[in-house]
Amino acid sequence: MAVVSQSAMTAQPSVASPKMTARDLNLSYGDNQALFDVNLDIVERQVTALIGPSGCGKSTFLRCMNRMNDTIDGVTIKGEVTLDGRDIYDKRIDVVQLRARIGMVFQKPNPFPKTIYDNVAYGPRIHGLVNSRDELDQIVMTSLERAGLLKEVKDRLQSPATGLSGGQQQRLCIARAVAVSPEVILMDEPCSALDPIATAKVEELIDELRSNYTIVIVTHSMQQAARVSQRTAFFHLGKLVEVGETDQIFTNPKDERTKGYITGRFG
Amino acid sequence: MADEKTHIVSSFDEELTRLNNIISQMGGLAESQLISAIRSIVKRDSELAEKVIISDHRIDALEQEVQDFAVRLLALRQPMADDLRQVVTTLKLSNDLERIGDLAKNIAKRAQVLNQIPPIRPVQVIPNMARLAQEIIKDVLDAYIEGDAEKAQRVWARDQEVDDMYNSLFRELLTYMMEDPRNITASTHMLFIAKNIERIGDHATNIAETIYYRIKGEDLPTDGRPKNDAANFAVVEPNE
Repeated sequence: MAVVSQSAMTAQPSVASPKMTARDLNLSYGDNQALFDVNLDIVERQVTALIGPSGCGKSTFLRCMNRMNDTIDGVTIKGEVTLDGRDIYDKRIDVVQLRARIGMVFQKPNPFPKTIYDNVAYGPRIHGLVNSRDELDQIVMTSLERAGLLKEVKDRLQSPATGLSGGQQQRLCIARAVAVSPEVILMDEPCSALDPIATAKVEELIDELRSNYTIVIVTHSMQQAARVSQRTAFFHLGKLVEVGETDQIFTNPKDERTKGYITGRFG
Repeated sequence: MADEKTHIVSSFDEELTRLNNIISQMGGLAESQLISAIRSIVKRDSELAEKVIISDHRIDALEQEVQDFAVRLLALRQPMADDLRQVVTTLKLSNDLERIGDLAKNIAKRAQVLNQIPPIRPVQVIPNMARLAQEIIKDVLDAYIEGDAEKAQRVWARDQEVDDMYNSLFRELLTYMMEDPRNITASTHMLFIAKNIERIGDHATNIAETIYYRIKGEDLPTDGRPKNDAANFAVVEPNE
């Protein structure tokens, strides 16, 4: 009769052989501490959703995972973030290479003011991943196909990307992220600017992508977190409050704060 | 439940309360239907039995109301966690309560037949069994209103007593029928009545399990109470 099985009841803060981990991660913007001792494992080839109220640190945490916070003045980061067991904040790490392995998709679709083709081809070109035009064509086609966009744009690859609809632009950005063959894709509210149909297409895409990539998604929509993720982490006031199997978090959360947030009894 | 924080959207709270109220109302009705049905046997009051039969539609209507309202809530509020379990629970509870109502109606129908033939002795066991079933329904509804999982669990265990009474009544009625074939009509109706009460106990057990899940978010541990409906296997040999 239970909605969830007994085995799904136990929360798993850490897992065996995670793709990425955060250990005792603390981050401050100047005097403002935004993250407090976050410990979280990201499971390979699963979708992990980060949820929580505005300002809870979930986007900050996401940006730590491919060092997007490096460029912000006055940021201090303590603790460790690893990819395949290696600290990504190690001085010897090439950040450009790192971001090729850990791609990112943002809240608002941000295609370059170039053609559809060039948007997708940009990454492979600058990372020197291709030796010939044929090879590049192949990557562009495969990426557009993976992003579920090929059918809609195959006859106008040389048109400006800005002429696409919002939903198509977002899927183009996902194609662009996929083109450099990343291992992890970070998504910061990828559907918040999209209508329900475009959202459904992106969610379907996320579900397909997880067979090849590890995905971490920040979302304000709890229904979306419930629909697309296998694990959900709830952040509040810069702390990781609870993490577990998504079905457990949404049917039987253990922490009162998680329960309050997802049932709309907060504050 | 009363000790919880209220929702940011207060109309959501009102809707959940309304859903709870309908369940309480259904529970009260189902309980009183059972009481009246049994009384119609004891007092040989066919008019009362008729009333029980006619009143059953009120429980049916409430079940429909719960269903419509719960579906609407699921669609419009998209409840999560506790709230989700609450809404799903009311759907299941309304179903069990509606079945209890049906069984009470069935008892009343048989009462009308029994009242036309001479009474037989085991009729005295029926009210005792019914009283027990009624107590169980009352306690399980209290557990629901108080949000008391332990109480639900205790009620759940008590269904065994109803089963035991049913099994002994089953044997007694078989003996009666063998003693004198003229007892067969009354005994058979009596047997069905007892079976209906036993089924009511089973539905109360379901309700207890549902309530436990609603509160704890996990299934009631079902080991410890072996379900033995011995009547399924009972054979009575005629005396030589």
